[in-house]
Order: sequence, then structure tokens, then C-alpha cells
Amino acid sequence: MDQIILYILILMVVLTVGGFIYNKNLALDRYLSSRAHEEIGTTLLKGSGWHSQASYHGYFTAWVVGFCSFLLFVAGLYFRNGSEVYDLIWLALVLASGVCIVFLLNRKISPEFAARTWVERFIHFCLIVLSFIAVLTTFGIVLSLLFESLRFFSKVSFLDFLFGLQWSPQTALRADQAGQSGSFGAVPIFAGTFLIMLVAMTIAGPVGLMIAIYLSEYASAATRKIVKPLIEILAGIPTVVYGFFALLTVGPTIRNFAETLGFSVPTQSALAAGVVMGVMIIPLISSLSDDVINAVPQSLRDGSYALGATKSETMKQVVFKGALPGIIGAFLLAVSRAIGETMIVVMAAGRAANLTGNPFEAVTTVTVQIVALLTGDQEFDSPKTLAAFALGLVLFVITLILNMIALSVVRRYRERYD
Amino acid sequence: MASSSHIQNSEALETETKRESQLAAERAKKHLKSRRAREWRFKLWGRAAVLFALASLIWLLFSLAGTGFTAFQQNFMTLDVELTESVISPDGTRDPQELRGANYRRVLQETMYDLFPEVTERRERRDLFALTSASGATHQIRLMVYNDPSLIGQTVTLTVPTSDNVDQLLKGYIDRDLPESLRKVSNEQIVWIDSLKKRGIIKKKFNTILFTHPDSRDPELAGIAGAVVGSIMIVVIAFLLALPIGVGSALYLDEFAPKNKWTDLIEININNLAAVPSIVFGLLGLAIFINFMGLSRSIPLVGGMVLALRAFPTIVVATRAALRSVGPGIVNGALSLGASHTQSVFQQKLPLAAPGILTGSIIAMAQVLGETAPLLMIGMVAFVTEVPNSVTDPSTALPVQIFLWSDSAERAWSERTAAAIIILLVILILMNGLAIWLRNRLEKRR
Repeated sequence: MDQIILYILILMVVLTVGGFIYNKNLALDRYLSSRAHEEIGTTLLKGSGWHSQASYHGYFTAWVVGFCSFLLFVAGLYFRNGSEVYDLIWLALVLASGVCIVFLLNRKISPEFAARTWVERFIHFCLIVLSFIAVLTTFGIVLSLLFESLRFFSKVSFLDFLFGLQWSPQTALRADQAGQSGSFGAVPIFAGTFLIMLVAMTIAGPVGLMIAIYLSEYASAATRKIVKPLIEILAGIPTVVYGFFALLTVGPTIRNFAETLGFSVPTQSALAAGVVMGVMIIPLISSLSDDVINAVPQSLRDGSYALGATKSETMKQVVFKGALPGIIGAFLLAVSRAIGETMIVVMAAGRAANLTGNPFEAVTTVTVQIVALLTGDQEFDSPKTLAAFALGLVLFVITLILNMIALSVVRRYRERYD
Repeated sequence: MASSSHIQNSEALETETKRESQLAAERAKKHLKSRRAREWRFKLWGRAAVLFALASLIWLLFSLAGTGFTAFQQNFMTLDVELTESVISPDGTRDPQELRGANYRRVLQETMYDLFPEVTERRERRDLFALTSASGATHQIRLMVYNDPSLIGQTVTLTVPTSDNVDQLLKGYIDRDLPESLRKVSNEQIVWIDSLKKRGIIKKKFNTILFTHPDSRDPELAGIAGAVVGSIMIVVIAFLLALPIGVGSALYLDEFAPKNKWTDLIEININNLAAVPSIVFGLLGLAIFINFMGLSRSIPLVGGMVLALRAFPTIVVATRAALRSVGPGIVNGALSLGASHTQSVFQQKLPLAAPGILTGSIIAMAQVLGETAPLLMIGMVAFVTEVPNSVTDPSTALPVQIFLWSDSAERAWSERTAAAIIILLVILILMNGLAIWLRNRLEKRR
């Protein structure tokens, strides 16, 4: 980083803290001297006669100085042209404005001045700005994806992209090759994503649900206390670790096992990626389903037991039916997670866009293709790189819809038993 | 007669009902048995599911530990290198420029040839020289001589790594029984290696290179130092940005926001952002920070900014939970003593919620540390052979380094990949442990 930027940042901190201390002490002095002259009796205000505590006068100064010098800092950064004179003027300007403001605000320090109210207004303003960053982020995602996708669709037809059966973006070797712009039919990618998601859910769905049922209905408190955190560990392991596990252990294991049965399976297959992804998703489903099952009122269970039902019958016919919407919500969130998962599939699923339903073959997914298109050399205007944003848009829209449905289903479910 | 037949009939009826009830009882028993069996089976499925998950976890950890633990030790050669003046500085001037570009490879070669004077043939000598990690050792000698030219003419003792093939052979991962053509180490080399081992020149030591070196093309010289420094920068930047954003949003939504369309929108936004796939944040970073704002690729600054956006929803959720766990009594007490609403929130509620917020933030930072996909999008996959000095230097991150190394199929690389994973997991365990310890400690004090 540039030295001058560091100096200005330090100067800003010094000015802000200095302004705070100086004006706070000034306010304290004035307050004490007003007490000394027994002015309290003559003012109309009650108590000390001061609206705000001395420290709020200090905070007020600090906020104003900090905010103004921050604006100057950002503006200076924007107009910066690299000349040394400019940098020095910039530094001097920050210093001068800070000192001026501190001394100008001295006059404001009086019993009537509502420093606290101003400080609180400023805090509110800051909080609103901070919480608006969430909206800005979503806005940024939508805009950037949409903008780049539109540029992509001006080169490749939208219908060809969505329904084309051929995906080979790599063919555009030279810019002047006519008719060699690659084909961008994304169906094989969507099919591959769906296949891997299906394998993952076949593992994670039943296992996660049974874990939730076992832990909430059967296991003793002691077992639950040990087992639950252990399963949560699975959720804390980075996905790149799962990817390497799939590549190093699971893929070769599946290949060797298939070889003993007389099949030939590549190390990178939909099955290897799907199984490992399923293991990764287990804790998501089990903990969400656990919450949902625990939310079913005990009275429903007691009623079922009173009719003579066993625990499993109660579970299957009463609790499960009651918890179904919540469980569906959990599954939808898991599906959205599986679709958006990147590292496992990048490392273990392969990059060949095969249109197949056979989990023993290598398939590719939306996320793998985004990574493949955007890592390595790239020119930003080629359809090849823009295609990544179109895929990202599809991914974002699908996961957004799934999440919205899941969240609203779960919320409505919670309201039912509240 | 009639009455007797009636009696007979009633007797028959009685036996029949008896038999029927017996049958019914048997059926009920059978039914009950099958119900119990079903109950037992259901419970068994539950146990099986739990066992499956735990077995997967154990399998994963064991396969990684089994592959990675050998990378923490490496074979080194202790060589007595004679720094011949006629080779390093033929004209005797010891000019720094000359010292930088001198033929240290020749020095090292001479040392190696001296170990086996009987080896004279050119091809054999090349094989002999291949036992050391040439680029690492020459770099070491160059640094030594450049810093202290008075060493020229003397003999210094150096510890240099062996080449990765020697290392793998001595660790037992290259099969000595394989035919020579299928092996990466020739028969002659094996004889030399064994002789060097017997003479005590090759020794196995703790692999400091793994921790102190940046990435390299040669596995025996590759380390995670650059990636770890990059990761630390990313996590610190993400923390500094995500903590104020997360806590600020949570405070606003929980304490100050009016209930209207706007605040609903913000709330829905935060909930959805938490579930957006991480790779989409990478696309956002690429489009906004790099293409639009013009920041350069592969730098920790952009990585930290992108991952801050990824992490702050987690902090919002943790902060809101922590704020809600503070009872209303403390706030009401403050208000009754004349504090304003803002004062009660900032001076009473927030300090009490701080342990929960801190715990949530540490867990969010653990997620940031393990995040890979968004960093691939902003170009942090570059091959960087230097430890970054500032947040605007090209760098990589620990999980990305794992991804990069996992691409090479050689044993020497997969061993290091697994070792890097072990280090990453240990750091994550420490972070989560810290979070739990802090929570317990701070909550007790309350």
C-alpha cells in the first residue's frame, strides 16, 4: 500500500480521537465552571442544566471530524493522479479541515446543544447504511449476472443455450475462425448437475432423516450429546477437503470395486462426486429435520401412544405427517446446496459434458463449467467467458427459487405449531 | 331331541367361538410380533444411518491422515560443500553481481561426485546428481555465499533436501521389486541411496520446508507459507469488513428498524444471501471488484472483500440470536434510569450479547478460511512462488493451494496435499475450539 494512504488513515484516527478528547474535556470544563458559578438555579433546565453529558459533545465532534475526513479521503483517492504535490495537498487538506472542525465545534458546546440526539441520529444513519449493504450485494449479484448474460445472449441465442444438446465452448481457438465459435447447448450440463444432485440426495435424504429421527426419538440424552456434534463436524469440513477425499479415496475405491465385478468405471464419476456430496449434506438435513421433528407438539405423540401405537408407528404416521412440510423445506434447501456445490464436483466429477443418466460415467455440472470457463487465460468479451455468467445466472435463479420456497414452507410450518 | 340338538349346537357354537377367539389371539400375537419386528427394524435403520455418517467421517479423517502424515518428515542430505574459488569467482574479484550469477550448480555437482569417486561416466553422474534437489540446494548455496563472500574457498556443511523420488523411495512408496523400467529410481540410484543412508549422509528430519516455503514446482521444496499468509490476510480483511456490516445490520433490524416494506426487504435479502451458492459471490467479485472497479486479480484484498459479503449473513444471524438471548430486564432497568433507547442498546445489551457475537464471528471466519470456489473466480489460482508482503500482492490461499496441489497425481504431491489439509483442519478445529471456550468462559462470568 502507498505510504501516503497509510499516513492519511493514521491522521484521520488521530484527528478523530483528538477531537473527541479535546472537546469532551472542554465540555467538562464548561460544565464544571457553570456549576462553580451556581448558574444551575438561573437556567430553566433541570438537573445539571446540561442536555448531554460531556462525552457526547466529544462523540459529536469525533463523528463530524471522522465523517468529513473520510469523505475527503475517498474523494482524494478518486481524483488521485500520482503526483507528489497532489498527495501533500491532500494530506494538508485533511489535517486543516479536521483541526478547523474541532475548533468550530467548540462554540457548539453549551447546555442547550442536544449533542446526544445528534450522535444517536448519526448512529442510526450508519446502521441503516450498513444494513443496506445486504440489499446492495443482492443487487450487485443480479445486475452483474444479468448484464453479462445479456451480452452473452446477444451472441448466442437464448433458446439454443437453454435447449441445445451440444456443449463445447473450447472450440474457439482463434478469433478469425469463422463458424468455430463453439456450441453452447447447456442441456448436458443441467442433466449432469441433476444426476449428481440425485445421487447426493439418495444418500443424504434417507440417512439424514433417519439420523434426525433416531436422535430425537430413540437416542438417550448421553448418546445425543456425543453423536450430534460429531455429525456437525461433517458440516464444518471445507468442501475442498471433501473434493480431495473423493479424488483420492472414494473414486479409486468405486473403480476397484467395479473392476472386481467386471465393469470399467473412471475414477472421476458422477457416483463418486455424488456420494461424497451426499455425506457432506447429511448434517444439513439431519439438523434441519431434527428442529422440525422437535417442533411437533408432544401432545400429538402422546395421543398416538395412548391409542397403542409403537414409537415407529407414531413416528411414521403421526409425527412424520405433521413434520412433512418442514422436512420438505429441509430437503429443498439441501437440493439447492447440492446444485451450488463447487469444489467436490470440480475435483471429482470431471469436465466432459456427457449427456447421460449413468452415474458411473463422468459428467459435468453448472459450477464445474463456470470454474472451467473462468480459470486460465480469458478475454472478457468472448462468448466463452460470458457463458460462465449465463450459467451463474441460471444457478442463482434456481437456488433462489428453491430457497424462497423452502424458507416460506418452513416459516408457515413453524407458525402452524406456534 | 330338540333341546339336545340345541345343546349340541350351542356347544358347537361355543367351541367355534373359542377356536375363533384363539385364532384371533394368535393373529393378534403374530401381528404384534410383526409390529415389534418393524419397530426393531426401524430403530436399526436409525442406528445404521448414524453409523454410516460416523463411519464416513472416520474414513475421511483416516484416509487423509494416512496419506498426509508422512509429509511432515522428509529426507535431507548433509553435504560438505567445498566452495571452490576457481568455480565461483574465477577472476577472484568476488563482485556481488558475479556472485549472484555464479555456477553454484557446478559446486554442488563436484560435491556429489566426490561422494562416489568410482562413478565417472557422464550418464551415471547425471543420475547421481539427480538425487539432490538441485534448484533448492543451489539457491541455498547462492544465498550463503552472497551474504558472506568470505566463505569462498572454505568447506561448509549444508543440509539440503533430497529429490522427491529419493524421499518417496526411502518412505517406502516406490516399490523396489518393480522392474527398473517401471520405476522412477534406477537400480544404480538405489545402491547409491542405500550407501548414503548407511554413511549417515541422508537422514530423515522434520519437514520444516512445508511450513516455511512458498509454493514451488518441485514437491520437495513446496510449502504452504505463502498460502497461509494469504489466508490470514483474507480472513483479517473479511473479519474487519463483515463484523461491522453484520452487527450493524442485526442491530438495525432488531432494535431500531420500523416494521415496513423496506426492512422486510432487507431481512429477506439477508436470509437469501446466506443460501446463495458461494461461487456466485465469486462471479460478483469478478464483475464488480475486478472488471468494474479495476482492482487487480489474485490479490487478498479482493478475496477478503468477496468473502466478507459471503460471511456477514452468518454474523447477522448469530448477532440477532445473541441480542434476543439478553433478557428485557437489563434494558428496562437502563431505560428506567433515564437512558435513551440507543444508550440502553449500546451500553447494556450489546456488551452482554458480545460473547455470542464473537462466537458467531469466529465460526463465520472458520467458514471463510475453508472457502475455495469464490477465490478461484477472482484468479487466486495463480502459481505464486513468493510469500505476499501486502494485501495487494498476488497471493493464494490455503484451500486454493490444496486444490492446486491435488491436481498432480504423483505421490509426493498427494502426500503434501493431505498434509496441507491436516494443517487446515487443525486450524479450523482450533478456531471452533476457541469459539466454544470463549462462549463458556464469557457466559460463566455473566
